[in-house]
Amino acid sequence: MRTLRLAPLRRRDWGAGARMRGGPRAFVGRCRGGWRRAMGQLALLLLALCAAGARGLYFHIGETEKRCFIEEIPDETMVIGNYRTQMWDKQKEVFLPSTPGLGMHVEVKDPEGKVVLSRQYGSEGRFTFTSHTPGDHQICLHSNSTRMSLFAGGRLRVHLDIQGGEHANNYPEIAAKDKLTELQLRARQLLDQVEQIQKEQDYQRYREERFRLTSESTNQRVLWWSIAQTVILILTGIWQMRHLKSFFEAKKLV
Amino acid sequence: MGPAGARPGSPPSPPLLLLLLLLLLLRAARPRGAELTFELPDSAKQCFHEDVERGAKFSLDYQVITGGHYDVDCYVEDPLGKTIYRETKKQYDSFTHRAEVKGVYQFCFSNEFSTFSHKTVYFDFQVGDEPPILPDMGNRVTALTQMESACVTIHEALKTVIDSQTHYRLREAQDRARAEELNSRVSYWSVGETVALFLVSFSQVLLLKSFFTEKRPAPRVAHS
Repeated sequence: MRTLRLAPLRRRDWGAGARMRGGPRAFVGRCRGGWRRAMGQLALLLLALCAAGARGLYFHIGETEKRCFIEEIPDETMVIGNYRTQMWDKQKEVFLPSTPGLGMHVEVKDPEGKVVLSRQYGSEGRFTFTSHTPGDHQICLHSNSTRMSLFAGGRLRVHLDIQGGEHANNYPEIAAKDKLTELQLRARQLLDQVEQIQKEQDYQRYREERFRLTSESTNQRVLWWSIAQTVILILTGIWQMRHLKSFFEAKKLV
Repeated sequence: MGPAGARPGSPPSPPLLLLLLLLLLLRAARPRGAELTFELPDSAKQCFHEDVERGAKFSLDYQVITGGHYDVDCYVEDPLGKTIYRETKKQYDSFTHRAEVKGVYQFCFSNEFSTFSHKTVYFDFQVGDEPPILPDMGNRVTALTQMESACVTIHEALKTVIDSQTHYRLREAQDRARAEELNSRVSYWSVGETVALFLVSFSQVLLLKSFFTEKRPAPRVAHS
């Protein structure tokens, strides 16, 4: 008996959240200060941390370099990507914490090569797309900020985090929205996982069919081309003999 | 819910603050890890960095999906620059390590040994254990009920299922890439061989004819 409404399918593990100094309890301790202004400042701090929290995995790209990532997903799966960019400051030899005016262009292509999403975002952004065909989706990022041309050999540090499937579900949000108890929330998580497994299995069936078609096509090609080449070989041999025979007869050598 | 309700200068109400706190804890408490598939061009190296706390255990699984001989070099360095893992020309591997030093760990994939095949590499980097889905689930004072522990067991089992599905999907992608490459290779080689066949047979005949069409009177001797 399912009384829980399913959340949309997303995939896989969420990447890093904000890194907190001192851990969760430190913030709770600070909360109990009680002063309204302190709480206001704390709220701002929390907001800032929410927005600017380090996202864990990062890599470096050059000015005009394009980096592409591939997500192989079943259809009707939502993928969420979060990124944050930092620019290298040559004078200070450090990465600036946040650089306004820096833009990243995100382009997502579906397995057939059709562009699903092609948008420019700021220095920090979040992009979402839902797949309508199963297969390899290509997510490409490149920076086309004009500011970077001022810095010769500019380097960007990009924090990236892409998830699709059920792990990216925001469970506290779901719990609050549907007013679920802890047990119901756990059951909801299990349901989401099972649905992800089912989708992946459907996708596997589709992939296996493609694989089988490819193998059968190879089989056919090998068979027909072998026959064709043997026939051509024989015909060419016959033509050669006849041609040479008539040539030698013309030359009165035979 | 609106974290955007906090405006500068106006103190937020305690529930809103707690909501913000909850959101922040949520973000902090999410499992740290990344699973990405990227293209590695030939003679290129790509590095990724992740911040790891001291004592945290992290694991790196990687697999080459398409390209060349399906192998790649990989090395992992700790914040002090020491190489804690290095393998060359591996198709897939799994590496776990308990971080002794806090800092930024770097792992790199190198295709520098290959001159013309670009590779697609999948890696899964996980740090730490999976945190609970609600932040306060971790601070329980009572033991889990039977229902809850059953849920936990099922959750762990389903995670194993999802992981093995990913593993099979990657294997299948590799096999399918090889099969498709074989298919197109059969096509090109067949057409090429047919063309070569025609060329060789024509040139054989022409060459043979050219032996006997030199301006030598010798073959005509029989007339006299």
